[in-house]
Amino acid sequence: MSDTLAGCLQALLLVAALTLSYRPLGDHLARVLTATGHGRVERLVHRAGGVNAAVEQRWPVYLRSVLAFSAVSVLFLYAFLRLQHHLLLSLGRGAVPADLSFNTAASFATNTNWQAYAGESAMGHLVQMAGFTVQNFVSSAVGIAVVATLIRGFTRKQTDQVGNFWVDLTRLVLRVLLPLAFVFALVLAASGVIQNLHGAHDVMTLAGGHQSLTGGPVASQEAIKQLGTNGGGFFNANSAHPFENPTALTNLIETYLMLVIAFALPRTFGAMTGDHRQGYAIVTVMALLWIASLVTVTVNELHGVSSAAGRAAGGMMEGKETRFGIWGSALFAVSTTLTSCGAVNSAHDSYTPGGGGMTLFHMMLGEIAPGGTGSGLYGILILAIVAVFVAGLMVGRTPEYLGKKLRGREMKFASLYLLTTPALALTGAALAMALPGERAAMLNSGPHGFSEVLYALTSAANNNGSAFAGLSANTGWYNTVLGVVMLLGRYLPMVFVVALAGSLAGQRHVPVTAGTLATHRPLFIALLTGVVLIVVGLTYFPALALGPIAEALH
Amino acid sequence: MARTALPTVLRHHLAALRMLLVFTVITGLAYPLLVTGIAQAVLPGQANGSLLTADGRPVASRLLGQNFTLPRARGGRPDPAWFQPRPSAAGYDPGKSGASNLGPNNPALTAAIRARRAAVAAFDGVPPAAVPADAVTAGGSGLDPDISPAYAYEQAGRVARARRLSPARVRALVGRHVQGRQLGFLGQPRVNVVVLNRALAGQGRPVR
Repeated sequence: MSDTLAGCLQALLLVAALTLSYRPLGDHLARVLTATGHGRVERLVHRAGGVNAAVEQRWPVYLRSVLAFSAVSVLFLYAFLRLQHHLLLSLGRGAVPADLSFNTAASFATNTNWQAYAGESAMGHLVQMAGFTVQNFVSSAVGIAVVATLIRGFTRKQTDQVGNFWVDLTRLVLRVLLPLAFVFALVLAASGVIQNLHGAHDVMTLAGGHQSLTGGPVASQEAIKQLGTNGGGFFNANSAHPFENPTALTNLIETYLMLVIAFALPRTFGAMTGDHRQGYAIVTVMALLWIASLVTVTVNELHGVSSAAGRAAGGMMEGKETRFGIWGSALFAVSTTLTSCGAVNSAHDSYTPGGGGMTLFHMMLGEIAPGGTGSGLYGILILAIVAVFVAGLMVGRTPEYLGKKLRGREMKFASLYLLTTPALALTGAALAMALPGERAAMLNSGPHGFSEVLYALTSAANNNGSAFAGLSANTGWYNTVLGVVMLLGRYLPMVFVVALAGSLAGQRHVPVTAGTLATHRPLFIALLTGVVLIVVGLTYFPALALGPIAEALH
Repeated sequence: MARTALPTVLRHHLAALRMLLVFTVITGLAYPLLVTGIAQAVLPGQANGSLLTADGRPVASRLLGQNFTLPRARGGRPDPAWFQPRPSAAGYDPGKSGASNLGPNNPALTAAIRARRAAVAAFDGVPPAAVPADAVTAGGSGLDPDISPAYAYEQAGRVARARRLSPARVRALVGRHVQGRQLGFLGQPRVNVVVLNRALAGQGRPVR
C-alpha cells in the first residue's frame, strides 16, 4: 500500500470514529448538563466537599466558584511541588524550585500543561498522580462547565441563574471524564503504555552497556491527558516517547481522544438549544478548518525540499518517530494545536517553516477547531456572536443569535474576550524580544528563533502548552511571565464568558421572524469561517511575517 | 458588611479546597491505583515496559531503542556487528528523553545531517545516496526503537561481514523482522532494531 493511500485511510478512520461519537457523546454531555437528580456517589462528593448542590447559582456566584476552585488548585499544586521530597513515591526527587513550581501549578490548573521541566528527572510518581492527573480531570471539567453556562445563557429566559458549578464539576468528572479515561487507560496499557509504580531500574544491554529503564503510572495519566486536552507528558518527550505512545494505533487513539469531546460539544449545544442544526453549523466550521490545516501541514512536511535540513536528509524525519512517519506526526501536530491539548508526538521546532508555522497559526486561531474541552466551543461561539453582529451591521438590524439580542453589553464582553489572548501573547513576545537575556534563550537564530519565542507566548496565552521546544524556558523570567500569561489567558476569557452568559440569560426570548439571520445555513458557515480567519489574520499577521513567513521566504 | 465579607470569601475557598481534596482522592489516588492494579494483574508484560530477555535476564524494553556501541575502552563507536538505531538527541538514555529541536534551516542541523550521511556511508560501505532519511535524523523521543526497512537492509552487508555470516542470511533475518503497517494502513513499515539485534545475538563469529 502506498504511503499516500495509507495516510489518507488513517485520517479517514479517525474522521469516521469522531463522526460516530458525535451524537452519543454530545447527547450524553447534554443529559449530564441538564439532569436534575444526583447520583449516590455525587451526593457523597457534595457532602464531603461541603457544597450546596440544591440551589442554582447566579452568574457572579458561579464565576466566583470557578475562580476559587482554580485558585485553590494552583496553591495546592504549588505546595505539592515544593514539598514533594517529603512525600511517598518521590523517587528521591528534590523539591521543585519556586519559579518552576509556580509555572507548573499555573500550567496544570489552567489546562495549559506547558512544561518547563522534564518529567522523568524532576517529578515523583505521587505528584504525577495526585497532583497532575487530578488537574487533568478537573481543569478539563471546568472548561466544559464554563461553556455550559454560555449555552444556558441562550436557552434560559429572564433569569440570573446559570447553573451550579459544583454540580457541573462533579457530574462532568464522574459521568463523563472518569469512565472514558478508565476504559482508554486500560486500552493504552494493553497496547504497551506502562502502568506501574517502579522507579528506574538498570538493565545490561545486548551490546553489554547499561540502560536505566523508567517506570511510572503512565497509562492512567495518558488517557486523561489526551481526553481532557491537557497535554502534559509524563516524560519530557511527551507522546513521542514509546512508553506514552508505543504504536501507530495508540497514536490514532490518542489523537481521537484529544478531539472527541471538543468535536462532540456542538451536538451538546444543538441538543440543549433544541435545534441540532445549530450544532451542525458550528461543527462544520470546526471540521473545515481542521481538514484544511491537516492537508496544509502534511503537504508541507512531505515536501521537505522547502528547508535545508529536509533537502540534506531527503525527508523531514528530524524530530519524528519512525513508527508514526510524516502522516501520523502531522495528524497529531495539527490536532494538538487546533485543540488546547499541546501534547506532541514529534518536535514542532524541526518542522518545515510552513508546517511549523501552521501549528503556531492554529493556536492563534484561538483553538476553536475543535479547541479544548469546553474552551473550544465557547471560543467559537464568541466568534459566532461576532459573525452575527457583522451580518447585522451589514443589513442594519439589531443582531440576534438563537433568540437573544446582541446589544452593546454582549458585544463588549465578546470583544474583550477576543482582545485578551492576542494582547497577552504579543505583548509577552515583544517584551521577551526586547530583553537581551530572554532573547538569548532561543536555540535557533534568525526568524526561527523569533518563532520559538512567539510560539511560547502564544502557547501560554491560548493555554495550549506545546512548544517549539528549543527555547530554554526554564528561567526565572520565562517561568514567571509564562505562568502569569497562562493564568490571565485562562481566567480573563472565562470571566467574560460567564458574564456574557449571565447577560444573555437575563434577556427575554425574541421570536424568530423572516428577517432573522439563519445561523445554520451554509451562508452563515462561510461567514463564520471568514470572521475566524480575518480576525486572526489581522491580529497576528505582522508577528507571523517576522517568524515563519520570513523563514519560508528566505 | 465589611465584617462578614472576609469569612464569606474564606468559606468559598474552603469549600473549593474540600472539593479539590475529594477529587484528589478519587482521580488522583483511586483511579490510577485501580488502573495499576488491573494492569499489573491482567497485563503485567505491557504494564512493566514490554521487557525483552536474553539468557533469562532482561536486556531491554522492546519499545525503547538502545545503543549498540563498542565498550568505551575501545572508543565507544558504533559496533559493526550490530544493526544501528537512528541518531538520538538523548543518547538512548530514558532519563533524558527528547528531540534535538533544531530548526529546519539551522546550519548546525544541516551540517550534522551531512556528517552523519558521510559517516554511515563509510561505516556501511555504501554510496552516500543510499543512506535513507531516518539514518541521518534524530527521532522525536531520543528513544526511537525502529528504523525504516530501507535502513535495515542498507546495514545488512556490513553486519554480515562483521559476523562472518552470508549476506543472504542476514537479509533474510531482516526480512523476517520487517513489521508492516498496523491493521495494514496505520503508521509506517519498520524494523525494531532491539528485537532484530536480539535475534542476531550469538549468530556468526564477530570479528574482534
